[in-house]
Amino acid sequence: MNLLLIILAPLLTALAVLACRNKEQVKWTALAGSLAQLMIAFLLYFAFRQEKEANESVQMLFQQDYALFKNPNIHFHIGVDGISVAMILLTAFVVIAGVLVSWNIEKMTKEFYFLLILLALGAYGFFISLDLFVLFFFLEISVIPKYLLIGIWGSGRKEYSANKLALMLMGGSALILVGILGLYFTAGRTFDILQIANTTIVAENQNYIFPLLFAGFGVFTALFPLHTWVPDGHSSAPTAGSMFLAGISMKLGGYGCLRVAAYLLPDGMKEYANIIIVLSAIAILYGAFATMMQKDLKYINAYSSISHVGFSLLGIAMLTQTAVTGAVMQMISHGLMTALFFAVIGMIYDRTHTRMVAEMGGLMKMLPFISTVFFIVGLCSLGLPGLSGFVAEMTVFMGSWENTGAFYKIATIAAAMSIVVTAVYILRAIGQTVMGPVKNESYLSLKDARWNEKLAAIILLAGILAIGVAPGWLNDLLRPETGHFMHKILGIK
Amino acid sequence: MQPGLYHILFISAALFFIGVYGFLTRRNLITMLMSIELILNSVNLNFIAFNKYLWPHKMDGLFFTLFIIAIAAAEAAVAIAIIINLYRSHNSINVENAEELKY
Amino acid sequence: MPSIVYILIPLLPFAGFVLLGLFGRKYFKNASGWIGTFLMLVSFILALYVAYDYFVNTSTFPKHIPVKYVWLKFSDTLSIDMGILQDPISMMMIVVVTFISLMVHIYSLGYMKGEERYATYYSFLSLFTFSMLGLVLASNLFQTYIFWELVGVSSFLLIGYYYDKPSAVAAAKKAFIVTRFADLGFLIGILIIANASNTLDFNTLIASLTSPGSGQAQSAAASSFLGLSALTWGTALIFIGGAGKSAMFPLHIWLPDAMEGPTPVSALIHAATMVVAGVYLVARLFPVFSINTPGVLDIVGWVGAISAIFAAIIACTQTDIKRVLAYSTMSQIGYMMFALGVAGYGGESGLGYTASMFHLFTHAMFKALLFLGAGVVIHYVHSNDMKDMGGLRKKMPVTHITFLIACLAIAGIPPFAGFFSKEEILLAAYNGNTIIYWIALVTSGLTAFYMFRLYFNIFWNKPYQTEHHSEHKSEGGWIMLFPLLVLALGAAGSGFIPFGKYVNSDGNPLETHFHLQFSILPVALGLAGIFMAMWLYKKQNNRPEKFAASLNGFYKAAYHKFYIDEIWLFITKKIIFNLIGRPAAWFDKNVVDGLVNLVGNTTTSVSEVIKKLQSGRVQQYAIYFLFGAIGLAILFIYIWK
Repeated sequence: MNLLLIILAPLLTALAVLACRNKEQVKWTALAGSLAQLMIAFLLYFAFRQEKEANESVQMLFQQDYALFKNPNIHFHIGVDGISVAMILLTAFVVIAGVLVSWNIEKMTKEFYFLLILLALGAYGFFISLDLFVLFFFLEISVIPKYLLIGIWGSGRKEYSANKLALMLMGGSALILVGILGLYFTAGRTFDILQIANTTIVAENQNYIFPLLFAGFGVFTALFPLHTWVPDGHSSAPTAGSMFLAGISMKLGGYGCLRVAAYLLPDGMKEYANIIIVLSAIAILYGAFATMMQKDLKYINAYSSISHVGFSLLGIAMLTQTAVTGAVMQMISHGLMTALFFAVIGMIYDRTHTRMVAEMGGLMKMLPFISTVFFIVGLCSLGLPGLSGFVAEMTVFMGSWENTGAFYKIATIAAAMSIVVTAVYILRAIGQTVMGPVKNESYLSLKDARWNEKLAAIILLAGILAIGVAPGWLNDLLRPETGHFMHKILGIK
Repeated sequence: MQPGLYHILFISAALFFIGVYGFLTRRNLITMLMSIELILNSVNLNFIAFNKYLWPHKMDGLFFTLFIIAIAAAEAAVAIAIIINLYRSHNSINVENAEELKY
Repeated sequence: MPSIVYILIPLLPFAGFVLLGLFGRKYFKNASGWIGTFLMLVSFILALYVAYDYFVNTSTFPKHIPVKYVWLKFSDTLSIDMGILQDPISMMMIVVVTFISLMVHIYSLGYMKGEERYATYYSFLSLFTFSMLGLVLASNLFQTYIFWELVGVSSFLLIGYYYDKPSAVAAAKKAFIVTRFADLGFLIGILIIANASNTLDFNTLIASLTSPGSGQAQSAAASSFLGLSALTWGTALIFIGGAGKSAMFPLHIWLPDAMEGPTPVSALIHAATMVVAGVYLVARLFPVFSINTPGVLDIVGWVGAISAIFAAIIACTQTDIKRVLAYSTMSQIGYMMFALGVAGYGGESGLGYTASMFHLFTHAMFKALLFLGAGVVIHYVHSNDMKDMGGLRKKMPVTHITFLIACLAIAGIPPFAGFFSKEEILLAAYNGNTIIYWIALVTSGLTAFYMFRLYFNIFWNKPYQTEHHSEHKSEGGWIMLFPLLVLALGAAGSGFIPFGKYVNSDGNPLETHFHLQFSILPVALGLAGIFMAMWLYKKQNNRPEKFAASLNGFYKAAYHKFYIDEIWLFITKKIIFNLIGRPAAWFDKNVVDGLVNLVGNTTTSVSEVIKKLQSGRVQQYAIYFLFGAIGLAILFIYIWK
């Protein structure tokens, strides 16, 4: 399978969107394009499984390598392993759902869809690139559209949020760039991930490059003290923007932490593992407690995202195969779940014109479909078995507990305590919005979800259920790769 | 008494500072332009003086002076064009009225 | 037997859930009850068949796993499996669960008729039955946890069935969160046990931990935390999970509130099946509790005993009939718990184990009957309060008789079912722990008293005022009375099953025999309780008020449930919300966010100062230029020579 397809599809879609004449054309083109992306992602998954079975020992499949520059030594090197495939699947799911949810955007429709697809292009490219420079290039591509999406189509304090988000992400990018350059020069003038992985970098160098890279990607994935763009950014963004932001963009960070920081700098990872564990345990609990106090649905989900993403960082830092597998699962699961959460919040907001929990009530009566989806996604968030969140969290817990030593156990217990707090805030939100008596008479005339909203919700729910009910396929996809990672990081077979 | 190098340098230095003083204190753009001419001429004087007293067999100083005179002429033309335009838009050639280009 | 038969038992209700949940509202609104009931009936028949096959055709009752599917693999030995474990208690439980569920399904055909969300109700009921069956059939500790959570959420859904009633929503939330809190203990317990035994499969787990001198058991006993061994922590935490689900003191607060759900739901979930999951869990891991961590088993016993008497005292003061039944449930589960707590592993000392399971079985019968009977009464009176009732024995004869049978059964009057199981429990307690025995004895007297207080208040006492609610003439039709009659049969007769032969702690048949002298005291106490209730409540009089007044403070405390709710409310609302949640949110808004904004504001204010240099005045620039040039000249000529 030719991997170029993965980035060509969104690129062509974006160009086609630009060429469209009216809104209807734009929407259908974008939908067709994202459908094509979804199909390509599925094709990739099956081709990957087949190919992997044939040659199990090869780490990266479908590689292509074109030299771009001699000096600095930049190659357009792409390839995928199981983790990238999973991420690409996630992206394709979120993209099509995002396109469907934005069906009623009236303002500058063409530009909106163009930017959405551009963001997706950045994410796809990021997940398949094996060259740090190209990876960075795609990362930046996915940052800039966010600024415009929030700044133009956002709500509330959108200028402030857009600035904050773009500046913080740019700050993260700067750290990443410095880190990448550090890697380039210490690993013998190459940006190639596979080549860097094969060279041994002196531990001292690793120890100063690692924090740069991890903190840089940490900004993207809301590492504890660097998370503050999340609540404002999410709450101001348009629905699809929030979905992409939380569903895809935050995953770029997690993937980068794993693929670049941890994988290429094993000594640095081990050196800083305990700090990261402490930070992510704090993020998990603190995010959960902070969520309890929020009154705006989008803030609730944003803070709970901080808490949930903490699990994937915790899993990475725990450095056992199971925990890292769980971390990647959590990224996928959280991506689907939070995208759906924002989609539903957007649907509710479109109808009630408020996001304040206290002002709603009894939506189940008028909006049974939306309310049910809201309910299910809430249950997913609080880790109900049968939905994806449970699988990921339990895998992280099981993996974390493998470590001996009271420190790890206490961190795990602290993280596990969040499941109770999560239950509290999710049920509060559900109890006040979906259930309870109808507080506002005017809500009685609300209409339930339209076809595009239903389709978007069903697509994301399908993903959540596919992981939650039968997690075996994802586990099989990820486990060999995380085994490889652990081999490299811990130096064991 | 034959005038020596130092006398000429003293005159050119005086000319230079008079020009600088004029440029910094005058608000009229034409006067400022004239001050610039003074500064340029002080430089010209230096070139000629050094050429004559230190390397009398070379012509470099003369050439530079000619260049500077030519450029000064061109500059004056451009500057006066700008000043005229400014006068048209601001009705004034006071430099303090032309301070939009800030921050 | 083909494995499909086993799988179908839980899967049929699941199919019902999916079918009714997705399409019920639209396509078969009124048929959905019958669809759900039919699927349940098939499931019940299959369960009966499987259990019959197991108890009759195998003589040694081995632990046997006919179905197993690796769901999520962590390592070669550690994986979450979805499997079906056949052993005496799981076979007994599937019969109980499918039977009670079937009865409730049938009963609801009448009780829930005309509800707007009729199909949804049945789909939730099916979901619950599926989860409960998955829970009891689990072959893997983690599978238990998975279905444990699922029964929790089904319970949430059903308690909150009347979702537009704020009290129902609050009760549903409370039930879920309290049990979730307990589940945290369960989860960590699982992690500890899995780590210690390196497996999650029940059979291997129990075998590897309990076999004397096994490496796993030794290493688990050796590694310790805060002075207790890892395994002790593990079992204790698992017990916390069980205590939460089974509403043991002090995690019981959700159970009385859970009565906000429809009454058939209370009968199924909060009386007969889900709330005994905690007991079942301890029984499932009984060898580990008993052999590896007897200390924890003592705790189990004490918690059970305290809950039993505590709930019984409160039950005597409540006036909401469903709440009385709820506290009575808690008290009876306390019985089952301490029966396990006083039991030992193997032989005669394992009597408590048998007794506990036996009581679970009989209790399911008579408690479901009590709830369904109460449901009929509530349906008739349109009130939960016993003050609105009285003199109903003429109006609803069938309910009256079946209710009386259930009351006699729970009071432990021979020859009804409760007598046999309670006798066994008391005997086990007598042999195991004398103090618990006396607590149990007092409780059994109280049980008889509050049950007959309920009975007399509903069916005797003052004559029923017919003027209001006169539109109701019947008891709800045969569709509601049929389950009552069937359950009454169970409550009357199920005591005669030779339980020890089938269900015992170590796999060897246990002969249970009754000593007449031993039975005299509990039965006498039971009768005393009944006569006391009769004296106070059979006729309308002022004795109850006088009696309550003579107890004064104690009565008030019991009436207010000993203020446990208020204590919990204080901890959550005041301490957790105000001392953790609010500061966390404040910290995020002001400190973390503030730091970021500080960076932004500093940059802005610095540039605010610097921008003055760019004044737009040419002459100013010239001065900067001049002094800059002079400065550089000085620098280069004199300083950096």
